Amino acid sequence: MAKKKAVKKKTAKKTVKKTTKKQTKKLSKTPVKASPDKELQSSIIELIRVTSTVIPDDVQKVILKALAKEEKNTTAEYAMNIIQANIKLAKMKSQPLCQDTGTIIFYVNHPVGFNQGHFTKICQKAVVAATKVGYLRQNSVDSLTGKNETMNIGPGHPSIHFHEHKKKTVEIRLMLKGGGCENVGAQYSLPNSELGAGRDLDGVRKVILDAVNKAQGKGCGPGVLGVCIGGDRGAGYINSKEQLFRKLDDTNDNKDLAKLEKDIVQTSNKLGIGPMGFGGKTTLLGCKVGVLNRLPASFYVSISYMCWAYRRQGVTLKNDNKINKWLY
Amino acid sequence: MKKLNYPFKKEDILDLKVGDMVLISGKLFTGRDAVHKRIHDGQKPPVNLENQIIYHCGPVVIENKDGSYEVKAAGPTTSIREEPYEWQVMRDYGILGVIGKGGMGPKTLKGCQDYGCVYMHAIGGAAQVLAEKIKSVDNVYWRDLGSPEAIWELTVEDFPVVITMDAHGNSLHKEVEEHSSEALKNLL
Repeated sequence: MAKKKAVKKKTAKKTVKKTTKKQTKKLSKTPVKASPDKELQSSIIELIRVTSTVIPDDVQKVILKALAKEEKNTTAEYAMNIIQANIKLAKMKSQPLCQDTGTIIFYVNHPVGFNQGHFTKICQKAVVAATKVGYLRQNSVDSLTGKNETMNIGPGHPSIHFHEHKKKTVEIRLMLKGGGCENVGAQYSLPNSELGAGRDLDGVRKVILDAVNKAQGKGCGPGVLGVCIGGDRGAGYINSKEQLFRKLDDTNDNKDLAKLEKDIVQTSNKLGIGPMGFGGKTTLLGCKVGVLNRLPASFYVSISYMCWAYRRQGVTLKNDNKINKWLY
Repeated sequence: MKKLNYPFKKEDILDLKVGDMVLISGKLFTGRDAVHKRIHDGQKPPVNLENQIIYHCGPVVIENKDGSYEVKAAGPTTSIREEPYEWQVMRDYGILGVIGKGGMGPKTLKGCQDYGCVYMHAIGGAAQVLAEKIKSVDNVYWRDLGSPEAIWELTVEDFPVVITMDAHGNSLHKEVEEHSSEALKNLL
């Protein structure tokens, strides 16, 4: 019995060897065809690399405008010059704009029948790979033990939001939101007697400006605000972050909100907080306001602050999961 | 542009004033949230911090195959979280300065005055410009805190900062906040 088994094993090994050889021969003749999963993984890694290392064009434009506005030989101008140099260097070296590579937030728009569980697995693999090469910092801390050894995978990390759409393509957007700017986010419940803010757009304006003043330079300004009026506490904050996926040069479809967005930026820039809170002309680079319905009892204004190192990108994928188009 | 060179001396620190732009050359020790909490909880720092500078920074560090380290990104983290602890580190371990971003509060400002320290503001988010100034990673302590929270001993050259809190009771952060709060009242 024992002998027979041994023989069987040997033949099995031989067959394996033969097939591998055959395969290698085949592969060397025809170009390598990667599996759709591998393509997806490398597309996500590339999305992470670009998001972490290259500032989007719309953001770059407003940063250059802000630099031109600051007075010469001030600490504000000095800060903006270093910011500008940093943007160039990060792109050239393909290394993170900021060492805090942030909360990893994916938004995936997909067609009917898309396998979300499978995508999540591949996405996690891509995040680990991107962490190993340093596009992402090891940034996921177990809140109870304080341990940080999971290469950015854990409860809530990375955060992936799925939305089904009617198109046949898959769109992946990514935001890397640093902790410093996340910490200066705020949520107000109206009315707020301390600020004399009632349940109307003027009240909304007051609390947003209060948040800008409280943030000072702590969120790595000049920054951009994403704001949500309404919703519950959770939905409000999520919607405020979603506003940050809008392009900086777009205009709000709602006229009142478009006016509010403009006003917040102009008024904030009169506060004199300036880049890094050094004092200066540019405190905010932009403000985007969204709205959700609320309950009669609640009126929340949720504010997310994005630092100047505004890291968000997106891609649409081809059928073979290669990157088709960049979204920003 | 002023220069601050290693070994750092108390008299050089006392010379620095709010608004000075300074290039630092020499040693820096990173230390952020977990390091400050551990020191506050009673553990002695693993290195002698006397006349040294603490940098509030959690760098991206890659360990090479030969065991050496490479800093991929190293900008400052928000300093205000160390506000409860920093003055004690100044008092107990004789540091001469702190580098971070966003500024610190009245306890630290008083600490700067009492123990002859300065708060130096690096440009937040400028992780590449600042990583370029790091010439070597000389050691790492308290690695068990995780890479961003460990104490990294770095040698830097011409590391750019702005003095925003000096040893004479001046704080740019206090000043800017007072002005902006006053301006806000008129704009609401």
